[in-house]
Amino acid sequence: MAEYLIQTVGLPGWLTWSLLAVLSAVLILNLMAGGALVFIWAERKVSARIQDRLGPTRTGGSFGWLQSLADGIKLLAKEDLMPEGADGMLFRVAPYVSFCASFAAFIGLPFAFDMVGLRLNVGVFYVVAVLGLEVFGVILAGYASASKWSLFGAMREAAQVVSYEVPLGMCIVVPVMLAGTMDLVTIAEKQAGWFTNWYLFHDPFTFVVFWVYVTCAVASVNRAPFDLAEAESELVAGFHTEYSGLRWSFFFMAEYSSMFLVSGLAAVLFLGGWNGPVPIATLLGLSDGTGESTGAIVRLLGLANLLGKATLGVLIMMWIRWTLPRLRIDQVMTTCLKYCTPIAAVMFAGAMTWLWVFPGGVLNLDDGSRRPGEIREGWLEGPGGRSTAVSDAPVDDAPALAEIAEVSK
Amino acid sequence: MVRSGSCEAAASVRLPTGVACETQQVMGDKNMRGPAFLESLEAAVPGGVVGTNLEAIDPWVEVAPAAVADVCRWLHDSPETGFDSLQCITAVDWFEPDPKKAAKAGWDPHLELVYHLWSTRARVSLVLKTKLPRWKDDQPGVPPEVASVAGIWRTADWHEREVYDLSGVVFVGHPDLRRILCPEDWEGFPLRKDYEMPLDYHGIRGR
Amino acid sequence: MSQVIDDDPRIIEFDVRTDEMLVNMGPQHPSTHGVLRLVLRTDGEIVSEIEPHIGYLHRCAEKIGENISARQFIPYTDRMDYLAGMNMNLGWSLAVEKLMRLQVTEKARHLRVLISEMGRIASHLVGMGAYGLDLGTFSPFLYAFREREKILDLFEEACGARLTYSYITVGGLTADLPPGWLERCEAFLEQFEPIIREYHALLTTNAIFVKRTAGIGVLSPDMAINYGCSGPVLRGSGVDQDMRRDGEPIYTAMYDGYAFEVAVMKDGHYPRDHAYPAVPADAVLGDCWHRFFVRMLEVVQSMDLVRQAIDQYSACKGPLGEPVKVAEKIPAGDVYLETECPKGQMGFYLIGNGSAIPWRVRARSSSFSNLSVLAELCHGCLIADVPAIVGSLDIVMGEIDR
Repeated sequence: MAEYLIQTVGLPGWLTWSLLAVLSAVLILNLMAGGALVFIWAERKVSARIQDRLGPTRTGGSFGWLQSLADGIKLLAKEDLMPEGADGMLFRVAPYVSFCASFAAFIGLPFAFDMVGLRLNVGVFYVVAVLGLEVFGVILAGYASASKWSLFGAMREAAQVVSYEVPLGMCIVVPVMLAGTMDLVTIAEKQAGWFTNWYLFHDPFTFVVFWVYVTCAVASVNRAPFDLAEAESELVAGFHTEYSGLRWSFFFMAEYSSMFLVSGLAAVLFLGGWNGPVPIATLLGLSDGTGESTGAIVRLLGLANLLGKATLGVLIMMWIRWTLPRLRIDQVMTTCLKYCTPIAAVMFAGAMTWLWVFPGGVLNLDDGSRRPGEIREGWLEGPGGRSTAVSDAPVDDAPALAEIAEVSK
Repeated sequence: MVRSGSCEAAASVRLPTGVACETQQVMGDKNMRGPAFLESLEAAVPGGVVGTNLEAIDPWVEVAPAAVADVCRWLHDSPETGFDSLQCITAVDWFEPDPKKAAKAGWDPHLELVYHLWSTRARVSLVLKTKLPRWKDDQPGVPPEVASVAGIWRTADWHEREVYDLSGVVFVGHPDLRRILCPEDWEGFPLRKDYEMPLDYHGIRGR
Repeated sequence: MSQVIDDDPRIIEFDVRTDEMLVNMGPQHPSTHGVLRLVLRTDGEIVSEIEPHIGYLHRCAEKIGENISARQFIPYTDRMDYLAGMNMNLGWSLAVEKLMRLQVTEKARHLRVLISEMGRIASHLVGMGAYGLDLGTFSPFLYAFREREKILDLFEEACGARLTYSYITVGGLTADLPPGWLERCEAFLEQFEPIIREYHALLTTNAIFVKRTAGIGVLSPDMAINYGCSGPVLRGSGVDQDMRRDGEPIYTAMYDGYAFEVAVMKDGHYPRDHAYPAVPADAVLGDCWHRFFVRMLEVVQSMDLVRQAIDQYSACKGPLGEPVKVAEKIPAGDVYLETECPKGQMGFYLIGNGSAIPWRVRARSSSFSNLSVLAELCHGCLIADVPAIVGSLDIVMGEIDR
C-alpha cells in the first residue's frame, strides 16, 4: 500500500508512513474496543447458557447484542471516584498503562499474510515482552488505590505474572525453534497447508507444549482458575476494587484484549495462524500474491481464520472460568514452578530431539502452498547467498529463497 | 409420650396429667437426674447444690453462685458424667417493673443463670441454675459477678459475652469480656426487664 | 500471639517475616455470608489471627419474644435462619408444645417431617452453592438455586410464602397441602436426584475443589464438642450425633417409623458411601471437604425422608388438626428443646408464667457456636482459606445475631 501511495498518488514518504501508522492504530484500536464489546457480551451469554440462564435478551433487539454498548454508556456516565488516600496521578494513569500495553502488543500480531501492524523480525519477543508490561498497570492500580485489598491483588498479580512468564517463554521458544525465526508472519507461513502442518501436530512434544502454553496463557492474563488478582470471594475485586466508571472499563478492555491476544498468539504459534485446517485457497487455485486480485480474498479468508481461532480460544477461556473453582496463591505458584516449567523444559528438549531425528517432519502433507524460503532471518543471508546458519534447511528451499529475495527488494 | 399412632385423631391432643407423668419417665432416661447423681455431685463439691426440681419438664439442679465453676469443672471432667458440651447459657431477669404485679409475683427480684449441658457420649442433658442478685451489692448499675466457665467449655466464651452484653452479668475470669451483639459503646443491658430503650444513639432516633 | 505462630508447623516454611497488617474483611464483603466482619492480622498472605465481629444484624428477637405471645413469635423465628425458615418454625413450635404438653395429630407430624426435610434440602443447596462461590466458581451456585427455587415454589403453594413461611406453628400447621402437591413434590425429587451427581462432578470430585478444601481448617472432634459445634460441622469431624435420633423424645418421636442413617464417617466409611465419590486421599476428617460432603449426604438423606413422609402422610386419613389460638396461654415452667436444623442444633429456651406471653425467650443458635470456632481454625491459614473455612461452617448471620 505504501508503494501505491508513494508511486501512484505521489504522496511524500513521511506522510505516507504516518498515514499508514494512524490507519493501523485505528484499526487495532477498533479491533480492541469492538472485540471487548463483543467478548463482554459473549461472556455474558456464554456464562448465562452455562448456568441455565438467558443472559441479556432485550437490549438492541434479540440476544441483547447491544448490552455491552449500553453498559459502556452507563460506565461513561458514571461518577469517577477516587479514594481519598489514593495516589492521584498513579491511580489515574494505571488503567491506561494496562490498556496501552495490551494495545501495543497487538501491533506485532499478524492477522493474515501481510496484515500486520508492523512486521518485526523479533515479533514473538516483542509481543510477549510488551504484553508482560500490562502487569505494571495492575501493580500501579493496586498500589495507588490506598486499599489493602487492592494491594493484595497487585502483589498476587506481580508474583503470578512474573512467574508464569518463564514457562510461557519456554513454550513459545518451541515453535520459534521449529520455524527457525521469531518473525510471527514466517512462523505462521511455515504452517501453511493441511492442518497436519500445524505445529500443534508437529510432534508429540509440541502437542503437550501447546497445553502448557494454554495453562500459562490463562494464568498470565488472569483468568479463572488463576484470577487471583481480582478473586472476588477473597479480595473483593482485587486491584480494581476502588475503580469505577470508565477507568474500570479500561481494565476490562485490557483484560479482554489480552485474552484475545494470547489466543491469537496461540493460533499463530501452534494452530497455523491464518492458515485454515484445509488449504481452501490453494485448492481453488487462488493466489495471495500482493498484486493479484485474488489476494484480497485470500487475505480476508485468512483474517477470518485467525479471528475464528482466537475467538475460539477466548470462548474456551470463558468455559473454563465458569466451570472451575479458583486456585490458591501457593497452588498457582506450585502449578507454575513445579509443573509448567519442568514440563515445558522437557518438552522443549524433546521437540529439539525430534527435529534432529526427523528433520523433515512426519505428518507434513506438502501441497506446495508453503513459502519455505522464509526459513531463516533475512539478515543471515549474506550477499553471497545462504550463510552457514541455514545449511540445514530443507533442500527444496533454494528457488523459493531466490524468489523471496526478489520480493523483499 | 402417647404413641397411639392413630391417624384418626381429630385434633391436637392436650395430654392429660397422667400421660404427662409417662412423658417424664421417658425424659428421665434422657436427663441426668436421680438421687445417686446428686449425691456424687454433693460429695464432689460440698455445698454446691442448693436445690433441685426433679418434677419439672426439664429437671434442674440449682447451684450456689460461688460453686458454679467447681460444679461445672466436675461435671465436665468426671468420667461418670462427662458433660463435654455446653449448649447454652441464659440469663433470666426475674424482675417485675409493675409494683402491683410484683407484689403477687411470689419471688424476690433476682437474676438467674441457666446452663444447659449435654453429654455427647451418654447423650444426656442437664440443666444447672444459679441465682444472682440483680445488681452487685444492690448498687444499681453495677452488674453482678459470677465465675466464668469459658476455661471449661469454649462455647461459654461467646455465650458469656452475650449474657454480659444483653443481661449484664460479669463473668470473672473470662478472657475477653466485652459486648458482642450490641455496639461497644452501648449503654444498659437490653434484656433486663427494667431496660429503657435509649431515645437517641449517635443521632439515630431510638423510638 | 507470636508464640502461637512460631509453634504452628505450617508457618515455619514461610520464614520471611515482614510487617503485619490488619485487614477488615466485611461487613461488606462478597464472601462473609451476610454482615459478618472479620478482622484479620496478616503477614503477607498468611493469616496469623482472626477475630469475628458480629451483631450487625441484631434485632433483639429475644426481647421481642418477651412482648408477644408464643404463637406470634413464629414469624420472628423465620427471620433467624432465613434460609431454613421451616426448620426454625418447627424448633420453636416443638419447644412451646413441650411446655404446653401438646401433641399434634399424626397427619401433622408427617407433614412436619415432610416440610422440614424439604427445608433442609433447600438450606443445604444454598450452603453448597455459596460454598462454590466462596471458592471462586459461580455456576454451581446457580445450579443450586435453580433447584432451590423449585422447592420454594412448592413451599409457596403450601403456605403462600417463599422465604418467611410461618407454616409450621404451635399445635400443627397453618394449612393442609393443596391438591396435587405431593405429586409435584415427587416429580421434583425424581428430577433432582440425578442433578446431585452433577454437583459431585462440579465440586466434590473436582481436583481444584479438593485442593482448596482437603486438609484445610481441620476441626478435631474434641474441639468441635468443646466449642459447642453442631450439625454438619460436628458430624464432619466424625462425631456421631444427630438430634433427630439422639434428641429429646418429643423431637425424636416425630421421626418414629422413619429410617435414616446419620451422615457421619464411621470406620472410614460414610453410610452407603459406595454410591458417592470416594473420599480424596488428602482429606482429613474434620476438614472443609468433610463438612461439605456431610451436607451433600444429608441432601440425599433428606430426600429419602421426604419420600417416606409422603407415603406416611398420604396414608393418614384424618384431619390435620387446628393450631392453638394466637393468644393461647402457656403454662408456668421452663423448657429447653434442641432440634436438628440444617445449620446445626437450634435450641429454644422458653419460660412461661401462666399468661400468653412468655417471660423469657432464648434462642441458642447453632451458627453462633459454629462461628466461634473460626478463630481457632484460621490460625496460620492463607487469606484464600478464610472464605473456604467460613463457607464450610455454613453460617447464617440472621441466626447468629438474632
